[in-house]
Amino acid sequence: MAPFASVLPRLLCAGVRPSFLHKAAPGPALQSRRTLGRAPAPEVSEPEDRDDLQSKLLELPLQQPDFFNIKELFSMKTLFDARVHLGHKAGCRHRFMEPYIFGCRLDQDIIDLEQTVRHLQLALNFTAHVAYRKGIILFVSRNRQFTHLIENTARDCGEYAHTRYFKGGLLTNAPLLFGPTVRLPDLIIFLHTLNNVFEPHVAVRDAAKMNIPTVGIVDTNCNPCLITYPVPGNDDSPPAVHLFCRLFQITINRAKEKRRQMEALYRLQGPQGAEGSGTGDTSSRADSSCSS
Amino acid sequence: MAAPCVSCCRGLSYRLFLGLRVNFAQTQGYWQTLPVDAQTAPESQILRLIHTTVVTTKKNVSASGRDSYTEDFIKKQIEEFNIGKRHLANMMGEDPETFTQEDIDRAIAYLFPSGLFEKRARPIMKHPEQIFPKQRAIQWGEDGRPFHFLFYTGKQSYYSLMHDTYGKLLQLEKHNDPFPQKTESMNLIGSRWLIKEELEEMLVEKLSDQDYMQFIRLLEKLLTLQYGPAEEEFIQRFRRSVTIQSQKQLIEPLQYDEQGMAFSTSEGRRKSARAEAVVYERGSGKIRVNGIDYLQYFPITQDREQLMFPFHYLDRLGKHDVICTVSGGGRSAQGLLTSDPRVRERKKPGQEGARRKFTWKKR
Repeated sequence: MAPFASVLPRLLCAGVRPSFLHKAAPGPALQSRRTLGRAPAPEVSEPEDRDDLQSKLLELPLQQPDFFNIKELFSMKTLFDARVHLGHKAGCRHRFMEPYIFGCRLDQDIIDLEQTVRHLQLALNFTAHVAYRKGIILFVSRNRQFTHLIENTARDCGEYAHTRYFKGGLLTNAPLLFGPTVRLPDLIIFLHTLNNVFEPHVAVRDAAKMNIPTVGIVDTNCNPCLITYPVPGNDDSPPAVHLFCRLFQITINRAKEKRRQMEALYRLQGPQGAEGSGTGDTSSRADSSCSS
Repeated sequence: MAAPCVSCCRGLSYRLFLGLRVNFAQTQGYWQTLPVDAQTAPESQILRLIHTTVVTTKKNVSASGRDSYTEDFIKKQIEEFNIGKRHLANMMGEDPETFTQEDIDRAIAYLFPSGLFEKRARPIMKHPEQIFPKQRAIQWGEDGRPFHFLFYTGKQSYYSLMHDTYGKLLQLEKHNDPFPQKTESMNLIGSRWLIKEELEEMLVEKLSDQDYMQFIRLLEKLLTLQYGPAEEEFIQRFRRSVTIQSQKQLIEPLQYDEQGMAFSTSEGRRKSARAEAVVYERGSGKIRVNGIDYLQYFPITQDREQLMFPFHYLDRLGKHDVICTVSGGGRSAQGLLTSDPRVRERKKPGQEGARRKFTWKKR
């Protein structure tokens, strides 16, 4: 969970508007582990009880390894049935994808689904946490076959999509293009890492430049280097892409629903005080344990 | 205490100081300490060293930025327009309640007569919606999340339109899959697609030519499928009616003379020639000009061919009689009936003819 922990303060310190995100409660503990300086989160003095609730709201999901119960969403069998293990021909193989390839059959690469399952669980868990903390998620792809599907997926989640021609300084020069107070995406999900000329999408490099974490489905001809959470898998077959879109949609909706539930719970318990929050914790843990 | 004097030169930032009179020296430099007047009143406080940062901006930023009108400004303009409209109606002695835009235009033309040729430079008084270009409000909410799901593409309205159109296309293809039939589309006649400028105005966004062509192609593809009334209405939003030129021309009804034969009269001119022609319904193809047969009046074959051309086009060469009178002009001007607006262009001084210049000599 190391990359996840290092990326969190970025969400806290990135000058995001809502006041509750200015709270640095998990921040300093994690910052002390890293040497290179990041801008410290601005200390805003707020009423004590609201602080407590907000910090509990944000800390609670981090105390469990699978707070959103991602493991039940898919299994290796579902990935196999959706043809996620099929890669390109051996001639298209990218050197850095070799660790993720199980083998080669009749000159076609087969992706190791055990690794895919692990990577996909990490990626979906991270997406869920970002959505829980009300981050902006951007779906990026340049494959014209699935443009409509991905835009629909993004719209149904309440998030954003960019499956069109990527203008030059969109991420790196955003204040000029959009306005001085624009908010950049907090997570970028690549359903196709390559663009139409089989080169790495510009957004991969730009997201790395702007310190935006990325989740990407990397096929055997893609470069997984700059992607924070690569998910080795097939990005060309319709069943595979449909499966990935469905999985992302379900996780994001689940995370947002969880957030609404937690907020409602804490709002109810606010006037009641500590004992209310205690019962709230146990009930939420009971929920997650019985659903897993 | 004297108030701090503020310089308005662009990019000058300063830290506010309390109750000190300072003389500014405006020179180009990055860091500058201002000379503080030491002889201040006894109750003046701390003498602080004031640093100013002079940021020299290279870019030429216009004073108001990109014309951005706030909503309040537009509302105020609309109120002022309505009040002004009532004043104008009172001035003209009309009823303020029923004062329409045409009345306003006439009143302004009467009160401010202008001899300017350019119509757009003349004084106008129109509703602010038509004068101020349509603006885009701020695209994201208080938490910073944009409202539209395609915000990060840059052209959200255009791409959202493409998305919707493509969605409709997919839906229709799904319905049409078994038997692709096509009903007649008579509604396309007399209308044209939006031009790029009209589409830009509709979406309040800049488009490129390729974007526009892509959109039109998508709509054309939609037309090839069988669509229902909902799609019909969607497509009609992007069609503009065009006046059919043939319906514009007034065709006069036929007149009948004493023998009951139908004939039709028309006039034409070219350069300084004037002609009037009477075409009879039944005849043997005789043409008389000024009482003389056309073979003798127009000895040149080309002129006669011009006369015969309309009948030749309709394959009615020997069916009609023509009697015409013509005056003025020369040989070739008298041959035509359709108005040809070309006249001889005047010769300009400094040139040999209307367009031909004198021979250019290098030295």
